[in-house]
Amino acid sequence: MERQPIYLDYSATTPVDIRVAEKMIPYLTEHYGNPASRSHPYGWTAEKAVENAREEVAKLVGADPREIVWTSGATESNNLAIKGAANFYASTKGKHIITIATEHKAVIDAVRELERQGFTATYLEPEADGLVDLAKFKAAIQPDTVLASVMLVNNEIGVIQDIEAIGNMCREAGVIFHVDAAQATGKVKIDLANLPVDLMSFSAHKTYGPKGIGALYVCRKPRIRIEAQMHGGGHERGMRSGTLATHQIVGMGEAFRIAREEMASENERIRMLRDRLLTGLQGIEETYVNGDLSHRIPHNLNISFNYVEGESLIMAVKGIAVSSGSACTSASLEPSYVLRALGRSDELAHSSIRFSIGRFTTIADVDYTVELMKSKIEKLRELSPLWEMFKDGVDISKVEWAAH
Amino acid sequence: MAYSDKVLDHYENPRNVGSLDKNDPNVGTGMVGAPACGDVMKLMIKVNDAGIIEDAKFKTYGCGSAIASSSLVTEWLKGKTVDEAYAIKNSAIAEELALPPVKIHCSVLAEDAIKAAVADIKAKQLTKATA
Repeated sequence: MERQPIYLDYSATTPVDIRVAEKMIPYLTEHYGNPASRSHPYGWTAEKAVENAREEVAKLVGADPREIVWTSGATESNNLAIKGAANFYASTKGKHIITIATEHKAVIDAVRELERQGFTATYLEPEADGLVDLAKFKAAIQPDTVLASVMLVNNEIGVIQDIEAIGNMCREAGVIFHVDAAQATGKVKIDLANLPVDLMSFSAHKTYGPKGIGALYVCRKPRIRIEAQMHGGGHERGMRSGTLATHQIVGMGEAFRIAREEMASENERIRMLRDRLLTGLQGIEETYVNGDLSHRIPHNLNISFNYVEGESLIMAVKGIAVSSGSACTSASLEPSYVLRALGRSDELAHSSIRFSIGRFTTIADVDYTVELMKSKIEKLRELSPLWEMFKDGVDISKVEWAAH
Repeated sequence: MAYSDKVLDHYENPRNVGSLDKNDPNVGTGMVGAPACGDVMKLMIKVNDAGIIEDAKFKTYGCGSAIASSSLVTEWLKGKTVDEAYAIKNSAIAEELALPPVKIHCSVLAEDAIKAAVADIKAKQLTKATA
């Protein structure tokens, strides 16, 4: 059997930490009560576990446990926050929404759905480094702006937005502020007690917890209201009905506890690995880092390799599990909308690779990756007529190509 | 995405990679595709005085199927007359490599590259004859 590729796709998902998995199992087979059952110890035990986990999630992000609502993941949290707040406040504040063109699809598509229902929206383009220009954000606020949604850490390029400054502008203008923090937990410090944020989405599986569980922070001071999107038994104070998945919740709580305790040392180790990877890959000619390098989590490195086509690049690097900026499963190649929003050409967007490093990445993994990339890029460029033209001094952007 | 063994073989061990002297009057060059579309193929053929293709070289910027399609046609072209080369159909390339429907355009591009290279050599020969 072929060896499994080295996993460098931690921004897609992370393995469940063994400590997390071990803590979850008894809640499947032994403590299987429904946390909503009030009349027997099965229910009480499950409820206690759920509330312990709620406390752990709250602790990592500096929130009050009563501000944490369980959901099925960050996609649901984003939908609940955006649709729930926009609909609740539309009649008093207005129907305009601001978001960023590089947001996750769960935010973009939720806003698009609201547009279909009669809301208007501004999709602010970030600067070439992926960061939001604060003056442009301020200028986008209208008298009828009800909600703004800006992610803390970008999933493709790892850049960190200035949530505090954006939140202050929102507070000043009376705009509800939602932040998608799915890619941020355990990577950047979050202190909601002091951050001007009204709603924040979390996911467990990006932080070594299980898939299928997430949470939404709903600020109590000032008190933020949202319309429920899921109706039923009135769980989670009516904001999200549905029987709580005790084992999943326990897993998220344990994952966030570990993140809180180990974040500082882990980030230092990951930064060392990222710098080693970056230095190695920069030894290859004509490579471009996508997104700002200083306002960025150390876990992410997104690089374009010029004059190499994206799909053949992915075929070439099957020894590592990474993500490509090119969606090539369809007939028409679609370059990453995030990289396009940064102003990258189609060619550079297609030839990009997102390396994301995590808890179980080793120095040997990084060194293997650098050597693999060096040899494969060289081979593909040997094959590339564009590389030959570049080496002959031809300006490829000035060539007239026959489109097909 | 699953590739056929033949595509993988050509991708891993591409045949006839390289360039010929484009100023040689016996060399025809076909360059088709566009970087923005994700495929550029350059095919070069060397034709002797009897009209037989003696050598063929390629360079391709594109997916595995595009690389395999161009690699395959360089093998097919050698020993053929330019007219036989001109008659090669994309369907034969697609069939030989078992290309899935979304990759048929790669074989179309390879056929276009052959036609462009043949047109180039014919134009050169015409210039030579009238000179």
